[in-house]
Amino acid sequence: MTESNYDEIMQLLCDRLSSLTNSGTQITPETNLISQLSIDSIKLLNLIMEIEDTFDVSVPINALTDVQTVRELADLVHKIKSAS
Amino acid sequence: MNLLEKLDASAAARKALLPDGVGAFGIPIEEVYSATEARIGDRRVLLLGTNNYLGLTFAPECIRAAHEAIDKEGTGTTGSRMANGSYFGHRALEREFADFYQCSYGIVFTTGYQANLGTISGLVGPGDTVLIDGDSHASIYDGCILSGADIIRFKHNDMADMEKRLRRLGSRVETTLIIAEGIYSMLGDQAPLAEIVKLKNAYNCILLLDEAHSLGVLGETGQGLVEKTGLLKEVDFITGTFSKSLCSIGGFCVSNHPQLEQLRYVSHPYIFTASPSPATIASTRAALELLRKGNHLRKQLWNNCTQLYSCFKETGYTLGPDPGPVIAVILDTPQQALLLWQKLLEHNIYVNLILPPAAPEGKSLVRCSVNAAHTAEQMTYVGNTFSKLYSVVCSNR
Ligand SMILES: Cc1ncc(COP(=O)(O)O)c(C=O)c1O
Repeated sequence: MTESNYDEIMQLLCDRLSSLTNSGTQITPETNLISQLSIDSIKLLNLIMEIEDTFDVSVPINALTDVQTVRELADLVHKIKSAS
Repeated sequence: MNLLEKLDASAAARKALLPDGVGAFGIPIEEVYSATEARIGDRRVLLLGTNNYLGLTFAPECIRAAHEAIDKEGTGTTGSRMANGSYFGHRALEREFADFYQCSYGIVFTTGYQANLGTISGLVGPGDTVLIDGDSHASIYDGCILSGADIIRFKHNDMADMEKRLRRLGSRVETTLIIAEGIYSMLGDQAPLAEIVKLKNAYNCILLLDEAHSLGVLGETGQGLVEKTGLLKEVDFITGTFSKSLCSIGGFCVSNHPQLEQLRYVSHPYIFTASPSPATIASTRAALELLRKGNHLRKQLWNNCTQLYSCFKETGYTLGPDPGPVIAVILDTPQQALLLWQKLLEHNIYVNLILPPAAPEGKSLVRCSVNAAHTAEQMTYVGNTFSKLYSVVCSNR
């Protein structure tokens, strides 16, 4: 998978996260999903479903235990997409 | 933030939802008068928020059986099923559950929560996949997490969504466990079992159905959704709880797959906990017998369910999709739900308050549950009170 796909993933995540959070925080790759965006677990799980549909991949929610920042989430999706 | 400060932060979030002094969660029930009445504070309240679907909490047969078991076998087993905690009664109840579901194998667990933990973590492991309904009960989520399998959710009761996710799994479907529930505990709706079975067969997966809320409630003999839909033979594993229609505590799994027996040796939630007490097992056995021949109770229960559901609907409340023993009244905001909950208690009616994120899609619910022991007068009183409160609570509509 190419760089532009990675950028596409990052862009989608930033867009969706900014509409899901009401904290008004500027979203960057280093933004922490829980402590900075206060995204509750259900919203995050539903976002994963959307990501799965957009990129036609399976993203197991247990893999989220290693994800804290937007970049880590993008890396995870990118890794799965590249392997598929 | 240190560990304790993190808990303080979560307590602050909870307090932001509920004003000080409103103890909506874990409110103490001081005295229990019957299957439908209790004392909370100085109020005699009508219980409309239990899981006592058949109204058997005071069934004389169950009480007598529990008394006798305590006299004969003592208060507790003091050990695991693996060691000193397997009594005659545990084995007998396992056979009775297997017989009830026309299955060859049955296992009893100490709670329904552990039945899901123990069954799921026994069936799947790292590298396998569980495909679960997005609205699954926490015991299902926790069982999946404990197992180490990859967890994929499908949209609640959405079969096109489920198929899409099955297709994406490719060859991994071979080691995929699909999990659904007979009746979902929050909105009271039922799984589309016929379609789930069709997909499970098309993709050759294993299916587990949790009949926690449907046991005793659906089907001629109360087996649950498997009986109502005639699909008993199509479901690989059925789990359930004793804590709802059977009015005690414990859980079970039944199956025709002989591999179920292996769970006794690999499943931590089965092995590393004490077995259910003799009184618990004895009252459950008596209750299961009453449940199996309790068609009159189911009839009464469903009369109450449909009466209350249509009464709420006529009043204008937004409800869960299917009439049933769990009637979810969906409010626009947490504040409205809290207000309705409080006003109901002022009118001596106890219901469950469910605030985000406990309910699906951030909904705020007043969850009512109906049982077979509720009288016509009680149902009328509940209906009238909800009608009266509609304009107070939903003034914005
Ligand atoms: C769907 C479902 N499964 C399992 C359980 C757990 O049952 P128990 O209360 O026996 O632990 C519950 C009850 O809360 C439930 O609603």
